[in-house]
Amino acid sequence: MSVIVFVLSGAFAMCVPFALAALGELVAEKSGVLNLSVEGMMALSAVMGFMVVAGTGSHVLGLGAGMIAGAGLSVIFAALVLLFRANQVAAGLAVGILGMGLSNLLGRSYEGSSVTALAKIRVPVLSEIPVIGPILFVQDIVVYLTVVLVIVIAWFLYHTKPGLRLRVIGENPETAYALGMHPVAVRLACVAFGGMMAGLAGAYASTILTPVWAQNMIAGRGWVAVALVVFGTWRPIRIALGAYLFGAVGLASLSLQSLGVGVPSQVMSASPYLLTIIVLVVISANSLRIRLNAPMALGQNFSPHG
Amino acid sequence: MSFPGLTLIPRTRTTPLQVLMVSVTTVILSVLAMVLMFSLLGAEPTTIFQSFFIEPLSSGYNIGEVVIKASPLILIAQGLAIGFRAKVWNIGAEGQLIMGAITASLLPIWWPQSDSMLLLPAMIVFGALGGMVWSGIAALLRTSFNASEIIVTLMLTEIARQVLYFLLTGSLRDPGGYNFPQSVMFPDAGLYPIIGTGAVRANASIIITLLMTIGCWIFVNRAFAAFRLQVGGLAPAAAQYAGFSQKQAIWLSLLISGAAAGLAGMGEVAGPIGRLQSMLSPGYGYAAIIVAFLGGLNPIGIFFAGFLMAIVYVGGDIALVNAGIPSAAPVVFQGLVMVFYLGASLFLRYSLVSVFTLADVKEPV
Repeated sequence: MSVIVFVLSGAFAMCVPFALAALGELVAEKSGVLNLSVEGMMALSAVMGFMVVAGTGSHVLGLGAGMIAGAGLSVIFAALVLLFRANQVAAGLAVGILGMGLSNLLGRSYEGSSVTALAKIRVPVLSEIPVIGPILFVQDIVVYLTVVLVIVIAWFLYHTKPGLRLRVIGENPETAYALGMHPVAVRLACVAFGGMMAGLAGAYASTILTPVWAQNMIAGRGWVAVALVVFGTWRPIRIALGAYLFGAVGLASLSLQSLGVGVPSQVMSASPYLLTIIVLVVISANSLRIRLNAPMALGQNFSPHG
Repeated sequence: MSFPGLTLIPRTRTTPLQVLMVSVTTVILSVLAMVLMFSLLGAEPTTIFQSFFIEPLSSGYNIGEVVIKASPLILIAQGLAIGFRAKVWNIGAEGQLIMGAITASLLPIWWPQSDSMLLLPAMIVFGALGGMVWSGIAALLRTSFNASEIIVTLMLTEIARQVLYFLLTGSLRDPGGYNFPQSVMFPDAGLYPIIGTGAVRANASIIITLLMTIGCWIFVNRAFAAFRLQVGGLAPAAAQYAGFSQKQAIWLSLLISGAAAGLAGMGEVAGPIGRLQSMLSPGYGYAAIIVAFLGGLNPIGIFFAGFLMAIVYVGGDIALVNAGIPSAAPVVFQGLVMVFYLGASLFLRYSLVSVFTLADVKEPV
């Protein structure tokens, strides 16, 4: 019982990096831009956040530094695809590799050092409820912020006019341009937002979730975030639930190992990627289902003058 | 992109010289950026330049190291370029490399005492097949279910990593290896022989790479199949009308690039490493994507781009000793190269023209 509560409670913190980065990637993809540099953006922001928290002791500044780093890299990516009209896949990989390299470069001297984690908030009264209390109401502030962001992004994309415009640009930028919208500006904003979210995710991972610096801190979580967008079929709530599921699976595999249950940890680690392939196959095989949610112009560049 | 008084006109064709110019500009900008960056981090600019770009070529031993590192990069990039030309995006070469290394390793792990002449050729076949199976999954899912090969090859890379860890902590682990996640050392019959004269020594895997380069060069320049492949990928409808199929292009691109990556993985375990272990490549599968682009997707260009990347890998090792530069430096250089290349290649697809000379050229709509 206590193990289940531990997993269900801890999965919230575990899923924050997945959820934040995937939601940011979702917004970029909804505007028609496939940004494969999430892993690199998270890696660079993780080290930036860590350096700032180590220097100042302030998690707010650390998370802010992470967001700036993520946004900075995403703007380089945006410049390549929006200004220089580079292939989105190639540009994403390029910026991702740059981010990963810079992260290991800057992080070298911090290896093994740690910062103080952020204390969890015990919500008065509610945290006293048996089972549910410790699962839902003893979390750090970023977990609550993530829940709010999921709801705000879902509301923004599907219930506001700017959200509708954003989706139109992701479906058909030429039509959107003809209707007087600004696909390039909107895509820049969406990519930068995605970078900030990946930055927040990376800085959270290195300064709050695991506040000890190690090379390869992000360890594939950026790829999981890219996968989650597909796994959640481009719907914010499903993506958030998927992130929670992957977080719980990760934590459960650790707990099972410590209990001596014979599920190889590698099977657990591989499962998000395997599930993503299965979901991708299922939704891709049915062209109607993919057309409903996947942005039609995803990966295609747009320039106003040909 | 718009500059005041200037506009971009799409090019209908590019000359080899323009392609070369873009790559050369990219390299110059990347080298400058790299030297500048490490100078800002407190290193001596001349030491940086010396370590990364001169010393790797200054001794026979170092040149041998460059050849050993260039070999897998070029091999993988040649395979990838075939697909990239047809707009088939295999970005999971790292995973195919891992699978090729695993399948090739099965033979020497099962027969660690073997001195058979057939062991190495059989490992070559197994390595290529391992990579092909892994990329073939992506081809199957793309052609049967329309699942994006970009996402599938990426995910399969992470899965391949877990398969490797699983096997190395289980059935393929060296029983006498103090629980380290690594296999037994391969017998000599399962290793590439060392070739080379005098001071410069490398292993025979470079022969496979040379054959692949020559094969690709003939394929690109002579073969009708290459043209069919390109049309199949670029314009599926037109290709179908002409009797070529997009499915063929996808299968062929993915199988060839998978086989090449698998061979590269086999070359690592049967070459510099000498056994199966958890660390197989410093990201050759990703770096090869950059090599393919920097080489202009041209077999000869890729050959030189692969050597440049290998020089920087060896330079990274030297800079670590000479100037205490962290070992991540070559990866930073790769990122810089790709970013600058993608920026510069705008000028391959468009020409920048002053609007004032455009009196009789219509702006494309």
